[in-house]
Amino acid sequence: MYSEKVMDHFMNPRNQGDISDADGVGEVGNPTCGDIMRIFLTVKDNIITDVKFQTFGCGAAVASSSMATELIKGKTLEEAWDVTNMAVAEALEGLPPIKMHCSVLAEEGIHQAINDYRIKNGLEPWEEKNPKSHCHEIPDTVS
Amino acid sequence: MTAKRIVYMDHSATTATAQEVVDVMVPWIRKGFGNPSSLYSIARESKKVVEEARANVASALGSHPDEIYFTSGGTESDNWAIKGVAYANRKKGNHIITSAIEHHAVLHTVEYLERQGFEITYLPVDETGQIRIDDLKAAITEKTILVSIMFANNEIGTIEPVAEIGKVCRERGIYFHTDAVQAIGNVPIDVQALQIDLLSLSAHKFYGPKGVGALYIRKGVRIDNFLHGGGQERRKRAGTENVAGIVGLGCAIEMAVSDMDERNRRVQALRDRILAGILEQIPYVRLNGHPEKRLPGNLNISFDFIEGESILLLLDHFGICASTGSACTSGTLEPSHVLLAIGLPAETAHGSLRLTLGQENTDEDVDYVLMHLQTVVQRLREMSPLYADHLKRVPHV
Repeated sequence: MYSEKVMDHFMNPRNQGDISDADGVGEVGNPTCGDIMRIFLTVKDNIITDVKFQTFGCGAAVASSSMATELIKGKTLEEAWDVTNMAVAEALEGLPPIKMHCSVLAEEGIHQAINDYRIKNGLEPWEEKNPKSHCHEIPDTVS
Repeated sequence: MTAKRIVYMDHSATTATAQEVVDVMVPWIRKGFGNPSSLYSIARESKKVVEEARANVASALGSHPDEIYFTSGGTESDNWAIKGVAYANRKKGNHIITSAIEHHAVLHTVEYLERQGFEITYLPVDETGQIRIDDLKAAITEKTILVSIMFANNEIGTIEPVAEIGKVCRERGIYFHTDAVQAIGNVPIDVQALQIDLLSLSAHKFYGPKGVGALYIRKGVRIDNFLHGGGQERRKRAGTENVAGIVGLGCAIEMAVSDMDERNRRVQALRDRILAGILEQIPYVRLNGHPEKRLPGNLNISFDFIEGESILLLLDHFGICASTGSACTSGTLEPSHVLLAIGLPAETAHGSLRLTLGQENTDEDVDYVLMHLQTVVQRLREMSPLYADHLKRVPHV
């Protein structure tokens, strides 16, 4: 069902944990949907120097969190903002259609964390270009 | 590469066909290939073993052999029983009563009938998963033609009050169908004493082969045919008989009922030891289903703060085969309808694990599962924001 890459990130998650004095924190999902993702950022000179995640959810949710943190570490906030759910899914060598919402969750988690940082620093939050709902979004093709 | 240890604790999904069953089946795949409907000697032998298997099934249920019809399995039996009775008795009424926790083979069948103009009542269940007889009595109307309530639930193992349901239905002249797919070999069944009119069973749930089952139809029940074609099964179920499968079913059901008490005592003792171990080692868990009236091998547990598919993936890494009521394995995003029906909040349903033990499990299997389950739960909790929040609220735990 899952690619080797998904299983690798699920079995050996990267950047799992929290940052107690994080500069930005994002939390998305809810327990009813069966997944919650929390992203912690440390930002220095507009660059994400550290990132951690905590996730309650399925294998794809954990792997998406792990991959997303890898993709944004060391990036500028602008670059990190542009990491899409498709980029996360592709980096994981694909997700089953029913699990694509997990990658959406990762994108939203990053966005929330970045905007949390921006608000804390007196900046305008950036606007979501394509607001996506991750919960109860049934894809057309269910395997 | 060393062989990975496999501990199979998903017997409600399916069972490994017993060697004895395979041995009696094999001759009827090649040498005894004759079509039971043909006239010559090898065909007559096929006919004979099919009838022997029918007698075995009848004997296991306390019915007459003429009341047993072979099918392709539990799903076909449920479809036939429900649609067949619904259409044959439509003039009498269009109301069917079932429960909220049925298998999808029943639920999706009655939903189909609902779209065809039938009225369906879904009885709720209490927190243990049992229907209330008073709810059943209150739901019955003059138009009620069928009550379909499962014998035992596949997810939480709860055994329904079948004898009382049978009594109520017989008194009111309403047909009673029960999906007994999970119950055969686990609970004594006598269709006469329990006043059951139709009963579905499936061989692969009790160490028989897949793709074969049976429907018991009490003599006199008005039911339409489901599969139309040749005159097999006394003109009620067309299609050349799955001879080898039927022979396997006959053998498996004989074994399933012959040493039932002793086997179940052993399986239940193993199950109880896992439960005790979990309760001792792992905090924030809850047992789902009835504390006593449950299938001997069934254990359904919710672990707070974590999600079921993740539990399964990590258990699979250790070779442990189990199942969950979390949405994430069901092909939809909704958690199990059974766990929601017993009143669990969605997040608790997402964190459920079902272990169903069977006859080949051992004390070593129990130790192995307990050892790894604790690690798996701890590892996922350390990753969970819900657990992190919990620790902040209860810092000294």
